[in-house]
Amino acid sequence: MTAIIEVQDVSKSFGGVVANQGVSLSVSSGAITGLIGPNGSGKTTLFNSIVGYHPIDSGSIKFEGEEISTFPVQQIARRGLLRTFQQTRIYGAMNGVENMLISLPHRKMKIWDALKTFTREDYERADHLLEFVGLYEKRMLKSGDLSFGQQKLLEFAMALMNEPTCLLLDEPTAGINPTLINGLIDRLKRANSEFGITLFVIEHNMRVIMNMAESIYCLAHGEMLAHGSPEEIQNDQRVIDAYLGAH
Amino acid sequence: MNMAKNKTILYALILAFTFVSPFVFPNFGTQLATLWLMIIVALTWDMTGGQMGYNSLGNIFFYGTGMYVAALIAIGLVYDVGDYTNAAGGGIYKFTDLEYFGGMALGVLGAGLFCSLTAVIIGYLTFGLRGPYFAIGTLGVAIAAGELVSNWDWVGGGQGIALPVYPGDLDTGKVFFYFLFAAIGVSVFVFVKWLYGTRFGAAINAIRDDEEKADAMGIHTLRYKLYTWAMAAFFVGMAGGVSAFQLIHFEPLESAYQTINLGIFMVVCVLLGGKGTLWGPVVGAVLFHLFKEITWNYLLGWQWVALGALIVVTVVYFQDGVMGWLEHKRPEWFGIKVEKKIAGETE
Repeated sequence: MTAIIEVQDVSKSFGGVVANQGVSLSVSSGAITGLIGPNGSGKTTLFNSIVGYHPIDSGSIKFEGEEISTFPVQQIARRGLLRTFQQTRIYGAMNGVENMLISLPHRKMKIWDALKTFTREDYERADHLLEFVGLYEKRMLKSGDLSFGQQKLLEFAMALMNEPTCLLLDEPTAGINPTLINGLIDRLKRANSEFGITLFVIEHNMRVIMNMAESIYCLAHGEMLAHGSPEEIQNDQRVIDAYLGAH
Repeated sequence: MNMAKNKTILYALILAFTFVSPFVFPNFGTQLATLWLMIIVALTWDMTGGQMGYNSLGNIFFYGTGMYVAALIAIGLVYDVGDYTNAAGGGIYKFTDLEYFGGMALGVLGAGLFCSLTAVIIGYLTFGLRGPYFAIGTLGVAIAAGELVSNWDWVGGGQGIALPVYPGDLDTGKVFFYFLFAAIGVSVFVFVKWLYGTRFGAAINAIRDDEEKADAMGIHTLRYKLYTWAMAAFFVGMAGGVSAFQLIHFEPLESAYQTINLGIFMVVCVLLGGKGTLWGPVVGAVLFHLFKEITWNYLLGWQWVALGALIVVTVVYFQDGVMGWLEHKRPEWFGIKVEKKIAGETE
């Protein structure tokens, strides 16, 4: 399998705090890759570096073979590399359908296309994806009034609406109740298999990530600690130590 | 279906009223024209303030600049501007009907285009600012422009410019200006009603609700912000241009770059009617203008106090405005509801 994201030797510090130190990893095209690590180990910083939220200090980040480490957020998003947020971000004053319609991919739009109204296909696609995440009935409600879990689902549906080639998910199951989590795992897997979207997932819930990912990276103290299949990671003494605090 | 029919009737009634009102209320010609001006500046302010989340206090800049550009074009086509302003309205400068109306048409259009251009330039410099910083930044632009123009002798300095009087009957002139404002006002309404339904409208709403998220979804945020302000500036500039000819004489600080009057009124209109709604600015402008005219007539001496009180009450107790309040009380009128499950759907 070819790598869609290649991170080489990336370092990032904030003042004196080293968030990432010489991190390298690669995300295989079409697969689900996991990223785990204790709180404060630099997972979200790495995500932010990849999608262009802040410049990196050194190293290289490639998406589909192209160096993207100097691009701003919008340009990277328009290349089809999208992220969701740990603190869910949706457009709270708008209803579900509007949230979906806004998320139509702008990378395929010319400026004149912006002056068109939404087509029936757009609405059908929005409805279809809202149904896919189980929010169809609540699609006309102000999305700011939805529960946190529902907002997470909506954000996921919005990301799918954008037709990304690769989606970075920052803790997709955090704050979602256990029953809903099973449904979400299923949908993430389907997004991967049915829509062909490469997923790169930060997750704290071991059950979730072991269930989904084919390959898992583990960060600790800003450095890459381990990499392997779910079984290898589960049995890796260093990973267990990192999580149980034996450092 | 019934709703759609009601809407059509409502639009027809408003349009009919627009056409007959200057003839039914001939004594209120100027007030009605000013009402349309308020509607124009409120609707355009809401494009950035309500729909895009950028509260500009500097939109009055486009009004004032529109005035000057329109006047300078109309004068410059016939005479040397420096000589004309030097004479300060002295009567040797005559305009034929063609020169007057032709100059006005080109001037008003040129004012709109010029203001669009300046909106792009000022926007490029100020759209990096957020929230109150953007508000103050744009206010600074308007104040500075007023001061600069009042020290610029070529355009009449602090004395301003006196334009030729409407050639013809004065009452006809009033009706003429009323319809110019009404035409721009109706155009703005039709334009924004259409615009808010497009992907463009959705994109600027996204910027209002969460600009960082909009960035992350690949929306060209800066481009949308510039275009939106340029569109708003186009209409405000044209309205300013018409005002210049309606007022005949205007000067920089009190009538053109009147930051504390019209510059604030437009914001109050929108807040009163309901920010970020299609009808809010219109409703707000009507209520505000009525309130203003009534207090100016019956509470003379206390009118500014009453106006200040209205602003305070609106901002403190009535932030969502009339339309926002309605939406809260009658959400079903706005289509906010839980849908029934569709057949065969399980979850």
